[in-house]
Amino acid sequence: MRLRVPFVKRSESAQHLWTQCPHCGEMLFNKQLARNLNVCTKCEHHFRVGARERIEQLADRASFAEIDPTLVSMDPLGFVDQKPYPARIAESQAKTAERDAVVCGDATIGGHPVTLAAMEFSFMGGSMGTVVGEKLARAAEHARDGRRGLVIVSASGGARMQEGTIALMQLVKTVAAVTRHGKAGLPFVSVLTDPTTGGVLASYASLGDVILAEPGALIGFSGARVTSSTIGAELPEGFQRAEFLLRHGFVDQVVPRAQLRDRIAFFLGAFSRPAREMRWGV
Amino acid sequence: MLEKIDRALGGREPDGDGLASSGVIADVAGIANRRSPWEAVQLARNIQRPHSQELIGLVFDRFQELHGDRGFGDDPAVIAGLADLGGRSVVVVAQQKGSSTEENIARSFGMPHPEGYRKAIRLFRLAEKFGLPVITFIDTPGAHPGPEAEERGQAEAIARSIQVMGELEAPVVAVVIGEGGSGGALALGVGDVVLMMQNAVYSVISPEGCAAILWRSASEAERAAKALRGAGPDLLELGVIDGLVPEPEGGAHTDRQAVAAGLRRALVAQLDRLASVPLSDLLAARYDRYREIGSFADPSAAAAEKAKPWWRRALGKAGL
Ligand SMILES: [Zn+2]
Repeated sequence: MRLRVPFVKRSESAQHLWTQCPHCGEMLFNKQLARNLNVCTKCEHHFRVGARERIEQLADRASFAEIDPTLVSMDPLGFVDQKPYPARIAESQAKTAERDAVVCGDATIGGHPVTLAAMEFSFMGGSMGTVVGEKLARAAEHARDGRRGLVIVSASGGARMQEGTIALMQLVKTVAAVTRHGKAGLPFVSVLTDPTTGGVLASYASLGDVILAEPGALIGFSGARVTSSTIGAELPEGFQRAEFLLRHGFVDQVVPRAQLRDRIAFFLGAFSRPAREMRWGV
Repeated sequence: MLEKIDRALGGREPDGDGLASSGVIADVAGIANRRSPWEAVQLARNIQRPHSQELIGLVFDRFQELHGDRGFGDDPAVIAGLADLGGRSVVVVAQQKGSSTEENIARSFGMPHPEGYRKAIRLFRLAEKFGLPVITFIDTPGAHPGPEAEERGQAEAIARSIQVMGELEAPVVAVVIGEGGSGGALALGVGDVVLMMQNAVYSVISPEGCAAILWRSASEAERAAKALRGAGPDLLELGVIDGLVPEPEGGAHTDRQAVAAGLRRALVAQLDRLASVPLSDLLAARYDRYREIGSFADPSAAAAEKAKPWWRRALGKAGL
């Protein structure tokens, strides 16, 4: 289910000062790019951002307190392809300084208390194995216990192949946990970023009370390669992009990164003010 | 997992889960001739293997099919309806592969579109309304990967079906009868009891797909099948499923009557057992069933435990 998505590497040239926009070709000064939330200043191409940077962009200043930071994957299948699974984990840990592909914690967004989770795509493609499933389920349960909203920013190729059918079962685990959270009358805002595909889109990520997507993000169930070979033809321009999902009714809004925090805060606020005078009958 | 339901019932004699007594293999030690994962993949995909429609005819006393998702259309890759099983009304939802090339084309090779999953959801809700148990048969290479399926929200349909099954106020027994291909299979696979036919397979990705990605060569599918551990006995060992319905030596297609009879016995036993469990216990156990699948380590929790004074640890051990 995990899909291969070409990883857009920042082609760092000129002493790591500049990044070329893969969309418009503009050379962007890194500091300026960072100040602009990693959005191209010329064409508004949204670069991928890591979990920590995402949290910094969304959470109120100094409000984030991480939960379950130390969970690490086991190797339930003894999975070996060209490398053993534990070696792949170790590589990703060294590359990202994260223990697995999601970071969770409590925060406020625009003053509203939430449990916030952000996925790290550069950790094995943000794939969901047991640790991601467990941390997201714990985040939803924790939010329910503390009567907090839940905000999950997804960036994932889907379920983690190296954990086989056990990874597939994490779809059920996460869905059940966000469902229980929702049944307690608490809001869940699902944010889909580039890319959100496969088993992550086919589970909790599609079940937000509000589903927001970043412009141009690749969002779909099947890999575009699989889909195009199924029809034996090239796919239409914009297929499986955020705007395509908006048009077909599967996301509520496509929100530019600069407006994301305020937009999430708006919905959290709106859902936290029930009309108390509303009653059934007398 | 089944023990949990039985505990809710206030203790049971051995085999209270009704598996072994109904002929289901609940322990891999009971398998005389364990097939390789690749052999299981071939058997599970055998076009002569009894598919859902045939099994429904053999397992249930009567079956009336219901069509359509009430929104878009009727998906021929999903068969759904009401049936009789040992004097009990049940809702049956199943994926249907073809037994010939023509039928396979008509049935999209058992790959449902979103409307197939939405038909399933409609039937699940019907079961809930009338207090009927649900039985699902899973047999699909995966959800349909075409562009129309994407346009109509394949991912949302699967997610919603998983959600509805997880909280459905009715007993659910899911059986992987052939090929359990990823999320498209799981969308019918959330239940109180999950069984597999002995030679069925159930995996996060097809061996070919996995090989193409991790070995960059589809010809490594046999190795990928082994690595993925998606054969029935593997999943029984891993705690993903509860039991295996036995097949004859040569595979299910060599004695269809015997296979159907075994499946019927297993289903009747499980429905009998689940019928006496209060719904709240059933739903709690279903949540825990999936909540507990998977293994991880938490070094900081272990370290925190060690950091506690010895007397507190001792109290913890004594259950105080
Ligand atoms: Zn640009």
